[in-house]
Amino acid sequence: MSIYNMDFETMPREALKAIQLTRLQATLERVYANVPFYRNSFKKAKITPGDIKSLDDIQRIPFTTKQDLRDNYPYDMFAVPMENIVRIHASSGTTGRPTVVGYTKRDIDTWAGLMARSLAAGGATRGDILHNAYGYGLFTGGLGVHYGAEKLGASVIPVSGGNTKRQIVIMRDFKPTILTGTPSYILHLAEIAEEMGVSFKDLSFKFGIFGAEPWSEKMREELEAKLNLKAVDIYGLSEVMGPGVAIECHEAQKGLHIFEDHFIPEIINPDTGENLPYGETGELVFTSLTKEAFPIIRYRTRDITSLNPEPCICGRTHVRMNRVSGRTDDMLIIRGVNVFPSQIESILMKTHDIQPHYQLVVDRVDNLDTLTVRVEIREELFSDAIKNLQNLELKISKDIKEYLGVSAKIKLVEPKAIERSQGKAVRVVDNRNI
Amino acid sequence: MRVEQISIFLENKAGRLAEVTAILRDAGVNIRALSLADTTDFGVLRLIVNNNQAAKDALKKEGFTVGTTDVIAAVVEDTPGGLNNILDPLTIQGINVEYMYAFANPRGNNAIMIFRFDDLERAISILNEKSIEIIKGEDVYNL
Repeated sequence: MSIYNMDFETMPREALKAIQLTRLQATLERVYANVPFYRNSFKKAKITPGDIKSLDDIQRIPFTTKQDLRDNYPYDMFAVPMENIVRIHASSGTTGRPTVVGYTKRDIDTWAGLMARSLAAGGATRGDILHNAYGYGLFTGGLGVHYGAEKLGASVIPVSGGNTKRQIVIMRDFKPTILTGTPSYILHLAEIAEEMGVSFKDLSFKFGIFGAEPWSEKMREELEAKLNLKAVDIYGLSEVMGPGVAIECHEAQKGLHIFEDHFIPEIINPDTGENLPYGETGELVFTSLTKEAFPIIRYRTRDITSLNPEPCICGRTHVRMNRVSGRTDDMLIIRGVNVFPSQIESILMKTHDIQPHYQLVVDRVDNLDTLTVRVEIREELFSDAIKNLQNLELKISKDIKEYLGVSAKIKLVEPKAIERSQGKAVRVVDNRNI
Repeated sequence: MRVEQISIFLENKAGRLAEVTAILRDAGVNIRALSLADTTDFGVLRLIVNNNQAAKDALKKEGFTVGTTDVIAAVVEDTPGGLNNILDPLTIQGINVEYMYAFANPRGNNAIMIFRFDDLERAISILNEKSIEIIKGEDVYNL
């Protein structure tokens, strides 16, 4: 049985829509009463929850952005008193304020249920042993998958990220059948296994459920060939819940079903904010329908994709999102850390009092992401002594590590070495081919 | 007592050095001495030329990052220990040599050594005390 919650996952769309509307209205009432941010934003738009009478009316509600979440740091977006919060997670690696999310006991249970659905869609059953290589901690990946696996009744090995060689010994000896983690780390794991003389052909894996960073069909082919398993894509973000917002079914491996009884997805034109019909590509926007502690209304994910309403061979009636093809901002995910070019710029300006031309170059070397920051050397920075220039490189690299938590190699380049496109410097070169 | 040296930032790319020297050639600038310090990614070309202004203008016009530094040019006798006569008194006084390079003096049987010190003033006064011949900038440019 690969469908965990048959009633809801295969519900006819009309019935699904009726549930969505009821849940949406209840959520709006709750945030209006309990979250000053939402009350103010509704008032500014001159609407009240009572004005939302159909699902289409959702378009009248203002969007919520990451900046709004930062402005309400840490707890002002919570819709329940702190005594009802049982878990807090936070997004990683941004300068200034991270985004903080909270969960009630029921939220944790809802999340576990959706993760159980996701794992089942990805091929897991209660008889499986699940090797969970997502990081445990503030990041939602590790604990999100963990609770879902327990909910499903699978045996979960909470191995987390890192300690790669030990992981391979565990894989060989504990004989896990389901593998979860970020695709880039899993590929790294495969290489270390090869070095250790351990072949995935001799391991017991059947399915891999990979996500939390962008990957491609090409990577899927590579993962499936190297790991001797079937690989499916999982999607989620902490602001909306965590992993388990959407999952690919292993039957079709073609687009990720969004659990529409818990979330309303929309695709908008990122420039105008207008809603786009099914099939058109734009920015993905989410509204949560069942969350208690941290309801989120029309949250702009900045992820670019499209929605596919066609019936799926797996029997699920929930709409599918296609692979995320990019971002509306220029955020990069480097080894799981979110990096914006503007953050690098602010480090260059703040700590070095200069506004240089710079460029981020991201490569994938041995399946691990590497970041190189090219900085054009101008006269104020230049020195005839090599050691001064090398110290400058080290200092910038240290600052980036300290502020952003990501290792970067600094490369000084000649003026005008960074390509300009129509006069504007090209800020990001992503060579990862994902 | 000082000599102005120009320095140029260069990426390690084939043909880059030749571009610099071609620019100088086209500007009618003659190179007296040079040294190239490099790392895996970039290098710094240091030059003593006959016309600093013309060299700087031409290079900047072509988009190069150009710096200027004061160095000194000292005469080194062409005998064993010639260099030590200069370095020993500086070492005793704790003066550090950042870098140095030499070229043969076209007007004599000795070498001219270009020094970059961490403390130029003190280095000059120590060398003067020891009667080491230091060549004036003008004279180096016009050798």
